[in-house]
Amino acid sequence: MDENAAVESRDVVKVFGAGESALRALDDVSVVIRRGEFFTLLGPSGCGKTTLLRCIAGFETPSSGTILLNGRDITAEPPNRRPVNTVFQSYALFPHLTVAENIGFGLEMQGKPRAEVGATVEKMLALVKLEAFASRKPQQLSGGQQQRVALARALAPAPEVLLLDEPLSALDLKLRKEMQGELKRLQHETGITFVFVTHDQEEALTMSDRIGVMEDGRLLQVGAPREIYNRPVNRFVADFIGETNFLKGRLAADGIHLASGEWVGAPDQARGGGERGGEVTLAVRPEQVRIEAAGDAGSLAATVTETVYSGTDTHCHMRLADGTEIVARLQSPPSGDVGLAPGAEVGLRFAEGAVQVLGD
Amino acid sequence: MAGGEAARASERARNGWLLSAPALALLLIGASGPLLIVAVYSFLAPGQYGNVVWDFSLDGWFRVFLERDIFDGTVSAADAHLTIFWRSVKLSLMTTLITFVLGLPTAWFIATRPASQRALWLFLITIPFWTNLLIRTFAIMEVIRNEGLVNNLLLWLGVIEAPVQIVFTEAAVLIGMAYVYLPLMVLPLFAAIDRFDMRLIEAGYDLYAARWQVLRRVILPIIRPGIVAGSILVFVPSLGAYVTPRVLGGGRQMMIGNFIELQFGQGRNWPLGAALSMLLLMIVMAALLFYVRTTTKEGGDG
Repeated sequence: MDENAAVESRDVVKVFGAGESALRALDDVSVVIRRGEFFTLLGPSGCGKTTLLRCIAGFETPSSGTILLNGRDITAEPPNRRPVNTVFQSYALFPHLTVAENIGFGLEMQGKPRAEVGATVEKMLALVKLEAFASRKPQQLSGGQQQRVALARALAPAPEVLLLDEPLSALDLKLRKEMQGELKRLQHETGITFVFVTHDQEEALTMSDRIGVMEDGRLLQVGAPREIYNRPVNRFVADFIGETNFLKGRLAADGIHLASGEWVGAPDQARGGGERGGEVTLAVRPEQVRIEAAGDAGSLAATVTETVYSGTDTHCHMRLADGTEIVARLQSPPSGDVGLAPGAEVGLRFAEGAVQVLGD
Repeated sequence: MAGGEAARASERARNGWLLSAPALALLLIGASGPLLIVAVYSFLAPGQYGNVVWDFSLDGWFRVFLERDIFDGTVSAADAHLTIFWRSVKLSLMTTLITFVLGLPTAWFIATRPASQRALWLFLITIPFWTNLLIRTFAIMEVIRNEGLVNNLLLWLGVIEAPVQIVFTEAAVLIGMAYVYLPLMVLPLFAAIDRFDMRLIEAGYDLYAARWQVLRRVILPIIRPGIVAGSILVFVPSLGAYVTPRVLGGGRQMMIGNFIELQFGQGRNWPLGAALSMLLLMIVMAALLFYVRTTTKEGGDG
């Protein structure tokens, strides 16, 4: 057993319904979430990330498998006995209680003495900067403030693990950015293990210590943001996180080649990624594509089809000789015009180590 | 222009009064008028053969609470009347409690059905209203009387050796009223539970509340407007119930409604009947006031 594991799921399967309409929401999910880390479950809607979170919270019982909390089997424990708190997507604040009463609810249910509840509520109000709103009702607060109350309410009982179910999805972009920073700060200050669920890959990359990517009830890859972004295990992960160019390629002793034969990168020592000589899928991030003058030695010949200006960046769409579409992300120059008209002949080069060999 | 603005405003106000005149007239004739007559009658002297004599008298009100001994003229509290009041209030409160205990799980069941089934369940709840109250009361009588369904079943099962006397007891009145007024409790409870955000239950469990704490600290406070509305809807007509205590209580379990009827009928004491009616009205008003206060003070939940 991992000494540092805060939460561990072992071969967790969750099936909803029965017979033909049965849905396998979790398919043999095993993951170790380390103590004190900001762990994000990332995936499209319906991938099972929320179901896994609800299994940890105790709202769903796994069909099979076990869930451990700090090494203790809690699979059969009801949610009110688990030292785990949840920040709900809809906040689920109690409308009949004030902000302070909402925050103190968990402590009160634990039977903490009145003075201790009061002191902790004060501390939590200060932590989320809502001292002035202690006696307001939740519906008198803005969305961002309600979000902070939900956070304070879940943090007040000092849970061993804090579960966050897409807590930022209801906020507008500016507030969301602000809350992302706020969440990181809270996690840092409290030292509590955060398990965060989101479908927003950018949110996951900026906030997490580690990310678990899910699809169709399966956990595809677990790793640090850089690892997930730069070493995706398969096409789904590469495609879901960030933009990616996919190319057909071949592995040879001297490195990676495109299907059409051009050498595009040195052999990847870390991973084999498919049979030598067999056809594989290659992935290259748009920002790793360099555009040069046509005919430079070692560059790939391409034709510009379209340029799309989006502020800081300009996306340049190109086509290789064999018809493969490639997008390059260029930093927009001061003039805003990268000087590549559709139909222009250019040469392409991939940055060193930028070509990823995908498993499948 | 301020002047023109004011003139337009007063014209709008005048038009408003004119437009609401028919409704106001109807209210005056239909509600306030009869009430005023009853109020006035309570301060008059009783006539020999019913009706009233137009002499101011506090006798009607006096006799609501006190009675004068016909031989020595000493005044004492009207125990018989107080017993009837107490029984009315007690049975009405118990009816409210019974309908709440039965109505809450029923309303919860309906509110948690899939949306497509809810209409059917609500429809079933309202079916008893299709039948006349008197007929429903006699039907209950058929169930609980000595040779009725319940007693026969218990005898046949050997649970009891002789029929249990249910009819003409307070229990019979209670059973009858709880049956009649249950839908009035279920419907407002359903409306409140239907609006209740079920995710709050998960939030409660998540914050270490046990099942009964979730019920007491989360569910009940939030659906309170529905509980109060249902309680008023049951309590008020229970208090004035006439048919049920008359049929199921026999002559013995008299409630205020029956007592008032008696004064206008055989009692031939219209002022006393009028004073009793006003008293009943005051109790009901107090209950409604209580309702308004509780729902406006912390009613921001709904």
